[in-house]
Amino acid sequence: METKRLVFVGVGGQGNLLASRLLGEAALTEGVPAVVSEIHGMAQRGGIVESAVLMGNVTSPIVSPAEADVLISFEPVETLRSLGKCNKDTVIITNTHPLPPFTVAVGQGTYPDVEEILSLIREKAGKVIALDGDTIAEEVGNPLALNMVMLGALIGSGTIPITAEDMKNTISTSTKKAFLESNLAAFDKGFEAAKAN
Amino acid sequence: MHKLLTDSPGKEMLLLGNEAIARGAMEAGLAFATCYPGTPSSEIPEQFFKISQESDLYFEYSTNEKVALEVGAGAAVCGLRTMVTMKHVGVNVAADPLMTLAYVGTKGGMVIITADDPFLFSSQNEQDNRFYARLSGLPMLEPTNPQEMKDITIHALELSEELESPVFIRTTTRLNHIRGSVKLGKMTPIKTKGSFQKNPFHFVTVPAVGRNLHKLLLQKYDQATEKSEKSPYNEIIGSGKWGIVTNGVSYNYVRDAVEDLGLADKVSVLKIGFSWPLPKELIVRFLQQVEKVLVVEELEPIMENDIKAIAQENGLILPIKGKGVGRLSRLFEYDPGMVREAVAQYFGVEYEGTAGLDLSGIPDLPGRPPNLCPGCPHRATYYSVKQVYGPEAIHPTDIGCYTLGLLPPISMADFLICMGSSVSSSCGFSEASDQKVVSFIGDSTFFHSGITGLINAVHNNHKFTLVILDNGTTAMTGHQPHPGVDTVPLGVNLTQVSLENVVRGCGVKDVHVVKPFKVNKTMEAVKAAMEYDGLSVIISREICPLFEKAIGQGKKKRSFYVNLDKCKNHRDCIDKLACPAMYLEGEQVKINKYLCIGCSVCAQVCPENAILPLKG
Repeated sequence: METKRLVFVGVGGQGNLLASRLLGEAALTEGVPAVVSEIHGMAQRGGIVESAVLMGNVTSPIVSPAEADVLISFEPVETLRSLGKCNKDTVIITNTHPLPPFTVAVGQGTYPDVEEILSLIREKAGKVIALDGDTIAEEVGNPLALNMVMLGALIGSGTIPITAEDMKNTISTSTKKAFLESNLAAFDKGFEAAKAN
Repeated sequence: MHKLLTDSPGKEMLLLGNEAIARGAMEAGLAFATCYPGTPSSEIPEQFFKISQESDLYFEYSTNEKVALEVGAGAAVCGLRTMVTMKHVGVNVAADPLMTLAYVGTKGGMVIITADDPFLFSSQNEQDNRFYARLSGLPMLEPTNPQEMKDITIHALELSEELESPVFIRTTTRLNHIRGSVKLGKMTPIKTKGSFQKNPFHFVTVPAVGRNLHKLLLQKYDQATEKSEKSPYNEIIGSGKWGIVTNGVSYNYVRDAVEDLGLADKVSVLKIGFSWPLPKELIVRFLQQVEKVLVVEELEPIMENDIKAIAQENGLILPIKGKGVGRLSRLFEYDPGMVREAVAQYFGVEYEGTAGLDLSGIPDLPGRPPNLCPGCPHRATYYSVKQVYGPEAIHPTDIGCYTLGLLPPISMADFLICMGSSVSSSCGFSEASDQKVVSFIGDSTFFHSGITGLINAVHNNHKFTLVILDNGTTAMTGHQPHPGVDTVPLGVNLTQVSLENVVRGCGVKDVHVVKPFKVNKTMEAVKAAMEYDGLSVIISREICPLFEKAIGQGKKKRSFYVNLDKCKNHRDCIDKLACPAMYLEGEQVKINKYLCIGCSVCAQVCPENAILPLKG
């Protein structure tokens, strides 16, 4: 199969490591060769958390600058910060809901206007799928399900050889039963949002 | 049952590199494991800690890496299969026993994991621990992916038993923290008891014994070289005239570069997995079959220099290069694009990298540095100390979450070199200057290597204040226990060592124990310590809120809010505490009720008493 290089970015606590791990598990179950890389430790204390999933005939666990096929970003400013990972063919899937860093609150920086961020991303990048993942997660009654919304949008984007059914099977076996229903609902809504985008 | 105890040979699992090492150890019947946690090694002992609660594996979190290695040495000379895990700088702590354990050797297989950290994702330096294999004379293996991490662990334990010598496995962060498919093998039953055969003229390293043991070490080196020559982990792949030598995670970048550039029939790759002693004969064969060589290794040019020496010894004249080709340097980690570019450049292959996006016109983005959590007790302690001492005091600090006190507005970290350096360097700072010295160390780090510095301070009459930030866990690396921790909530019943008894037992006369969320009382204790003419220790005790939540303790406290009628916008809360639960809405400070954990420190800091608990 064609090699696919995916980069996930988010902020500590948004659950993007779980999203990349679940994708890796779904790939393993479906016989798609995949490697997942994560950064643990210091970076998790409210900082930026990045992970990568590489599929196909590739064994390198990380993605070089400009080489991402898909960027899945859980936060709009982090999308902008990660554009260095992208090229003109990269599909960018971004949450539009801002999570301003603390530096903004103490006056060490300003958070750009979200509309401005999105128009910059659209102007620079090839294909952009933008959705308000936090609002969708709240709609299904599970504000922590942003990662499921984003996984849904990724599968809905049709960029990787994993079907919605495969992904939902993995979610069903690997996430907590109490949240299963809302996780699957969040996944479906993310999937639809990407299709409609 | 723990997933790494699954007895289904042939089954494939998606495992973290560190889980793969733990699995390999269990497949090899590991009986005894010790560690001091440290990123990127921490998930290996995390697995052992859980596995030991449902199997015959003995596991302990030792007080530091030196202790861990010595405890492990005792078990291994009794004949038990043993593993000791640590991060790269931990090997510095363990270097003293390491150098002579290499002479003495072991009976049961003993593997030492050194988890190196190129790019310093969570470390104070990026030293290359391949030098430790050369320094100690111990064999070293370097896997390239999770499957090999499992397989090499089994191989290393067997190799260690054959050589009667500890064996290193060296990993790097990228291997520790990748997940890949691992095919499980058979489980071996654990041999839980060994016995020690006395032989003081071997095991007691007085000079006369040591002289003989050094000879023995060199003999083992020769035996290990033979094994390295035949090792399945040292392999020539391909038969092209362009040679690439590589190891560890870089092997993957080389493999993909050769694939991407379509050079499979032009290139030979020498993959070095048994990296010390080097397979000299294999390297000579490789050098004879190629016209020029590129060495792709992160950090120091170790193989590059060795291979140049081997070529010289064998009268082989061919270009051999590594560092300086393209962007290959001694700094940080490599990436696939960098290696592809270097391969293309070195062998004169046409290659144009993917063009990135035009990034002009992107505004300055607000930084997102890691931060102390909402309600972190360290923030409260820092506030009280700064209120009393002002901004001029020197703050030697140490390794843990509290190192984040470096960042403004706290800005209370002035000097840090290694675990325990806060206490000992304070002795130097206080003698060498007239500035006040208040140093900070965490509870786990204090037990690791703060105690000897404290005894030094008592004995040599040094005058400073040491604040021990006691949050009841080793927070930074993922909430491991340490000697001062009540381990019952973690499922084991170990003896808890009293921090204040240790401090008093070291001879400290002025000891204060405070609760940092009680701001006034804490400040009173800090004042008393400042006025005391001598050495003071303040133990600031409050459980890490993340740990408290993880073990299901503590009751939910009410979140706080800013009463807008009372707030006069002094902003002491946000300017001095900088809790991430606070934010500015326009010019007004507000508190995110979902992030606030109700520590109440901001309410005590507010001069207008405008911060109040939410009702209900």
